[in-house]
Amino acid sequence: MGDATNDPRVPEGTVVLTASGAGGPGGPTAGTLDVDPDRLTGRRLPRYAAWVCLAVTVAVGVLVRITGITIIGLADWVVALAASFIGYTAWTLVVEGRRHAVDRLATTAIYAAAAAALVPLFWILITLVVKGFSVLSWDFLTSTMRNVNPRAEGGGVAHAIVGTLEQVAIAAVISVPVGILTAVYLVEYGRGRLAKAISFFVDVMTGIPSIVAGMFIYTFWILTLGFPTSGLAAGLALSILMVPVVIRATEEILKIVPNELREGALALGVPKYKVILRIVLPTAISGIITGVMLAVARVTGETAPLLLTTFLAQDMNGNPFSGNQASLPVFIWDQIQRGTTASLDRAWGGALVLIIIVMIFYAGARVLAAIYAPKKV
Amino acid sequence: MSAPVREPSRADSPPAITGASVRPGDRNFRFLTTWSGILVLVILATIAAFLVWKSIPSLTTDSVNPLTYQAWAPDADPPAWGMSVLIFGTLWTSVIAMVIAVPIGIGAALFIAFYAPPRLATGLGFFVDLLAAVPSIIFGLWGLYNFMPQVVPFSEWLATYLGWIPIFSNEKELYTKSIMIAGMVLAIMILPTVSAISREVFLQVPKGHIEAALALGATRWEMVRMAVFPFSRPGMISAAMLGLGRALGETIAVALILSAVFEINWQITEPGGNSVAPNIALKWGEAGANGRSALIATGLILFFITLIVNMTARWMVNRRKDFSGAN
Repeated sequence: MGDATNDPRVPEGTVVLTASGAGGPGGPTAGTLDVDPDRLTGRRLPRYAAWVCLAVTVAVGVLVRITGITIIGLADWVVALAASFIGYTAWTLVVEGRRHAVDRLATTAIYAAAAAALVPLFWILITLVVKGFSVLSWDFLTSTMRNVNPRAEGGGVAHAIVGTLEQVAIAAVISVPVGILTAVYLVEYGRGRLAKAISFFVDVMTGIPSIVAGMFIYTFWILTLGFPTSGLAAGLALSILMVPVVIRATEEILKIVPNELREGALALGVPKYKVILRIVLPTAISGIITGVMLAVARVTGETAPLLLTTFLAQDMNGNPFSGNQASLPVFIWDQIQRGTTASLDRAWGGALVLIIIVMIFYAGARVLAAIYAPKKV
Repeated sequence: MSAPVREPSRADSPPAITGASVRPGDRNFRFLTTWSGILVLVILATIAAFLVWKSIPSLTTDSVNPLTYQAWAPDADPPAWGMSVLIFGTLWTSVIAMVIAVPIGIGAALFIAFYAPPRLATGLGFFVDLLAAVPSIIFGLWGLYNFMPQVVPFSEWLATYLGWIPIFSNEKELYTKSIMIAGMVLAIMILPTVSAISREVFLQVPKGHIEAALALGATRWEMVRMAVFPFSRPGMISAAMLGLGRALGETIAVALILSAVFEINWQITEPGGNSVAPNIALKWGEAGANGRSALIATGLILFFITLIVNMTARWMVNRRKDFSGAN
């Protein structure tokens, strides 16, 4: 991945490209050099051009704000940016010609897209920290909503944290063995139409809407088999969502285990299943753990399937096999519905706790991957 | 990277020279893995079967046409409910999400693959993927209380100056909880999907094509247009479709942001609209037996729509994989 990104890149943008004599509208060919070396390249914008445009953007934006001709709130800046976009492109068009103007326009648009893709993430994370941090306290983390008026102040998320962790653990206990075994089948054994079908439908399964997974467990586990709603049912619904992610991640890793390892072991007469269990899986273990952790992080925040499989409990219930059980996403959902200031505060606090748990899984994936990474010989 | 290791499979069949029988451990392990693979197919088939089975009661007792009727009263006597409003809302919010997310997602992927310095590219890819880890309930909470207030002025502006375009017109003069805001939040949620898959595809473009284009004097954009896009078009389309699949099935964020009104609403700046998955989440608790069956019927339709979208997308990606090996 790293290699492929390296190569096509030209260090200083188009400037270097033309400096090597490759392009430009008036690109000189050998023998027709009738200008001094400084004009070897086509006419270029000065290097500070981009900064000038940025400065103009900021100036226009500030001006719009100050003079109060506010058009569309925050989007004023977007307008200012667009104005300098057009200015920049027009400037290039005049100085460098049409092809370079188009290139400039595309480059700016692509930079803007990359920036736009990052804005929401940081906006969300900062909001969560700002709004959630004031709510967070030892009390909030260790108390439940038992005997707390859900519209009044007080209470905490302890029961929801326990519920989330247990439900996710149940999902992992079910989907990790199934996922790894299926991936082993696909990579080590699977040939022909069955393997192709499984591989294809695993991909399709990753796209199942989470609410459908919850609905399936409701119709199958609760309606047909007659089990009550519980943390277990929630965990089952999560496992439906988790299995395909684990399979895909494990499969990708098993594919890159060097074939020489398998051949060497097989040549020594080791049975194939032992080759897989003793050679292939241990070699791939770091990648598998990373994949599992990412899958866990993925399902930790699922709300929709839980709404259909367990009802929200306001009290601590450590036993996922009986009775309703709270979970962080459903807790947040419930608190938003209450709509009071105190409950919204709790929702933000719960959201911060949830994202911290998800991030711990993410970070854990990286740390464990580093610990179990195959030692370089 | 593209050619998976598949060789040792030939050792599957026992060597004929020794005449050794298959070891029991081998046989059992193979049996175990195969059946675990088959289990995946069984689960998928069971999902479809159970949803069909459990939605039949409400479908047969419905006093109106469940596909076209525009109201929701499955627990009334006689039951009268239809899902046209829901399906319309699901498709309409998803279309808006696609219009926003596909260009930005592909742009970000291009930046990471061809424009950013390598070190920045890795970090950036990580951050975009991180967006996928944000739970949808948090998108809903943030969308409702932080994002919406920032978008409302923009909605007003659209309605005021572009109101002559029918979809932007707004007679209610209310701008919150609209289909557009729901679509925008959906766009943010599917951005990582679109971006990550397009990035994968872009990185598969043969280096030779890229270098040849640059060496012939193409600008970077011309290189992208002439070497990258033709090669990765099917991949980009399927990235968009996988994003669409996610947008169609998204529940909680839309349930929080969109004000649930049971009518077909083209006006994207007005509050109100509905969608299949959020409707299930909102109505589930209060629904009776027939109500739940009707909700399951809508879920079944959603399941099939996403199944078709995802299957088409995967089929396109896989087809690409087959002949990209030739390069």
